[in-house]
Amino acid sequence: MSSILLPALEMAAPTLEWRALAPVLLVFAAACLGILLDAVLPRAYRFLAQMTLVFASVALSFGFLVMNWRAMRQGRLAMGSIMLDGPTYFMWASLLVFGTLAFMIFSERQLNGGASAFAASAASVPGSLEEADASAARREHTEVFPLGLFALGGMMVFLASADLIVMFVALEVFSLPLYLLSGMARRRRLLSQEAALKYFLLGAFSSGFFLFGVAMLYVFSGSFDLHAIHEAVAGNAFSSSNGLLYVGLGFLAIGLLFKVGVVPFHSWTPDVYMGAPTPVTAFMAICTKLAAVGALLRVFYVALDGERWNWQPLFAVLAVITMVVGIIGALTQTDVKRLLAYSSIAHAGFLMTAVVGATQVVPAGQGTSASAIMFYLAAYGFATIGAFGLVTLVRNAAGEDNTIASWAGLARKSPWVAGLMSLFMLSFAGIPLTAGFIGKWAVFTAAWRGGYGWLVVVAVLASLVAVYLYLRLIVVMFAGEPAKGTYVGNASGWTWIPVVIGAVATLWLGIIPDQVMQLATFAGGFLR
Amino acid sequence: MTFPWLTFLGLLPLVGGLLLLLPMGKGAARTLGLVFSIATLAVAAGVTVLHVTGADLAVQVPWIRAFGAWWALDVDGMGLAMVLMTAILTPLVLLAEWEPPANRWGAQAFFALVLILEGLSLFVFMANDVLLFYLFFEATLIPTYFLIVGFGGARRGYAAVKFLLFSLAGGLIMLASVVGVYVVGASQGAPSYLLQDLASVRFDGDLGRWLMLGFLIAFIVKAPMVPLHTWLPDAAENSTPGTATLLVGVLDKIGTFGMIKFCLGLFPEASLWITPFMVWFAVVSIIWGALGAIGSRNLMRLVSYTSVSHFGFMVLGIYAFTTTSMTGSIFYMLNHGFSTAAMFLVVGYLAKRTGSYDIEAYGGVQKVAPVAAGVLLVSGLATLSLPGLAPFVSEFMVIAGTWSRYPIVTAVSLLGVVLAAVYILRMYQRTMTGPVTDHTAAHFTGRDLTGLEKAIMVPIIGVLLFLGFVPQPAVQLVEPTAQATLAYVGTTDPAPVVKGAK
Repeated sequence: MSSILLPALEMAAPTLEWRALAPVLLVFAAACLGILLDAVLPRAYRFLAQMTLVFASVALSFGFLVMNWRAMRQGRLAMGSIMLDGPTYFMWASLLVFGTLAFMIFSERQLNGGASAFAASAASVPGSLEEADASAARREHTEVFPLGLFALGGMMVFLASADLIVMFVALEVFSLPLYLLSGMARRRRLLSQEAALKYFLLGAFSSGFFLFGVAMLYVFSGSFDLHAIHEAVAGNAFSSSNGLLYVGLGFLAIGLLFKVGVVPFHSWTPDVYMGAPTPVTAFMAICTKLAAVGALLRVFYVALDGERWNWQPLFAVLAVITMVVGIIGALTQTDVKRLLAYSSIAHAGFLMTAVVGATQVVPAGQGTSASAIMFYLAAYGFATIGAFGLVTLVRNAAGEDNTIASWAGLARKSPWVAGLMSLFMLSFAGIPLTAGFIGKWAVFTAAWRGGYGWLVVVAVLASLVAVYLYLRLIVVMFAGEPAKGTYVGNASGWTWIPVVIGAVATLWLGIIPDQVMQLATFAGGFLR
Repeated sequence: MTFPWLTFLGLLPLVGGLLLLLPMGKGAARTLGLVFSIATLAVAAGVTVLHVTGADLAVQVPWIRAFGAWWALDVDGMGLAMVLMTAILTPLVLLAEWEPPANRWGAQAFFALVLILEGLSLFVFMANDVLLFYLFFEATLIPTYFLIVGFGGARRGYAAVKFLLFSLAGGLIMLASVVGVYVVGASQGAPSYLLQDLASVRFDGDLGRWLMLGFLIAFIVKAPMVPLHTWLPDAAENSTPGTATLLVGVLDKIGTFGMIKFCLGLFPEASLWITPFMVWFAVVSIIWGALGAIGSRNLMRLVSYTSVSHFGFMVLGIYAFTTTSMTGSIFYMLNHGFSTAAMFLVVGYLAKRTGSYDIEAYGGVQKVAPVAAGVLLVSGLATLSLPGLAPFVSEFMVIAGTWSRYPIVTAVSLLGVVLAAVYILRMYQRTMTGPVTDHTAAHFTGRDLTGLEKAIMVPIIGVLLFLGFVPQPAVQLVEPTAQATLAYVGTTDPAPVVKGAK
């Protein structure tokens, strides 16, 4: 009977390359285990248990990653749905590093008088009695750790998928936990919930666009597989189905560029960055951007490479608009987190210059566009984590104080906080001796090599305005009169370790970038 | 492998500066800073001896392999002259600023920033790799910014941001060219930033000209030429005299240094193309700077405007493309470091007593404080290129060399020499001579220069006098650079034309 009803379905057991997939599987396994732990452990032990689980799993995952990388394992995994190649390795490693650093900031409790940055009871109505009770009982949501791990795992799959359906599933797997995490701030909960809703609605829209694009490309090529789409595009000289291809390309681009935060799909960024708890903002600011750029590169360099003459000019225009809007938007901000949000938009624009360059074939030993972008993201990530870590430190009686005015004269209250923040700002601005400079110079080189010299000139002029924007905060900190009522919180190592790692790495990648640059260079080629 | 002297030379003050960021007593910090700066001077002197005896000092280690960037350091005559100037001026600046202004950051921070700035500047003058040069070129801005913000005058915030934005505007335009140089090099099979590798690359046509302009604009902002000079008077007015000395005396030299080493060294064809424009541009700077100095009411502004005028002469000498004029220019770069240092430091001494840089605040000082007045006069005469003082020799070489190629331009530029006498002597007359004002009497009576202040001026004026009478060692040091550059550009000196000769 069943064979008549289901003639075509032969269930084959999936083949999984356990060792090669271990970095992803471990993260997901730890996330599932974390949910179980929350269900069975008494409250008092949960925080510690979750933290142990998170850091152990990420460390183990990183260990497997390094082992596989050294063994030069590469190719398709999990029945062709995941591609293990150079960019996958480099970006997985970056994601694990930045994820770990962000989770450390998640763990900070000393700063807030023993409570984390997350709401005591996210489900209770803000201002209600339940909320007050939960606060008084010192409840806390240890689910943030499994949620974070799910997001991290989703991102890892997202940028490595060789198949558009897997990519879509991964997109949802990493997006949903982030929507939830954004709404869990302890302070200013209404703002946080508004941010979460806004992020969710716009994110759902963009997922819709993505899915529609996938459908169009499927109709065009008859496959979800990136390599098959590449073949179809290559053999598509005089086909009448070009309309399907272009619609699919456009919708797919919208879905991906939304996550990257490229104008005109950027409008969620400032609100979400401001509303979300600062540790989550730090996590999103680098990890989401990294994963989204990774997936963008994979789709457009691997599957739609043959159409580059069509998407390159379009992306070039978007890059210009993104830089301009990001920088001009940032100039008028009065809130540090919004300022960093607009700055992240501007950085998406700088990244797009290298995406446009699309240099993929270079003589041995020289970097591709992908290697420039990966280095840029690493440089940007360390400064981002450090900067958001420092943002959590500047406080007033009610909690974190994010207005720029409250940062005035910080150099006299705490020279170290002001000095480190200046370092991160200088790195964002791309001043030499910081990682940001080397990154910027690498992406500009990639853009010019791809024949987009004019874009480099525009980007250079944009960076000049951007310098002013970062300088503004430095001037406020060093030349302003100390603000009344704000102080620098007494944080534990959970905040300071990521900040110091960020600072050391920013200098290290700025002065002797060779090792990381070599890694990125050798990892710069996508496999089809 | 021999000892990497040049790396050591640059790292020494950097390490000293970073050490000074650690918490320590004020006295210990100042002593330590001075020790590091003097040790740097000793190493610089040692490097000079090695260079003169013909030792190969070049250092070349891969730095960023993926982009063909090298940790490549070397000195030629011009680089060494700049290195020596920096190394001599730094300890003097530290001594002159032994007590930084009150209500600002402490002496320890000042010493640390000056040493960091010294280290970065030394690397700028020694870098033999375009990217490495660019890296340090931009990095010098950070300590300078903090030196202005942390210790400057009333409008220090404004001046510091203006300085930084002007410099970065030039610097970022140059970044586009730096990227372009690599891309063009890679397309011709030399994916490298090393100067000797790039010598084989042809930067022809329009692209070469645009790339050259990117470098040139950065250098024009740096060695401030009209109309991109407006940041300098503001920055100098709102700095301490020590900072202004380093800013104008050392950092601005990177502009003319870069024109010779990079604009001419990488883009000979494009540089010849821009020459007619640059020559007139230089003349405008000479005259405009002199007029600006005449119109200044503030002593610091006056000194910085005189520098705008002097940089005009240096640029004129460079773009005249004769051995004499270019040697004169490089020699001028050295002399100008000392003559401006003398001016800024003396002005600083005066202001330390009265608290004001306004010319109006002085009058008849020479009757009460004759030594201060005398030192100001000597420094001023050096600035207006009086024979017997070093700037005269270099200015004369520039004018003589340029005359053989551009007589009309040179004639116009001579106006600058006359105006120099006006601005210096008028300033001297209004501040030092005439009846002793109450203000002067109150601040200067019994407060002539102290022993330390005199001791600081001795080496500076000593160098100016020595090179004024015996310029030969310095000229011989820098002449090979001029000859090599001109040979690379492919110009020859015009044959002397002597009327009536048979």
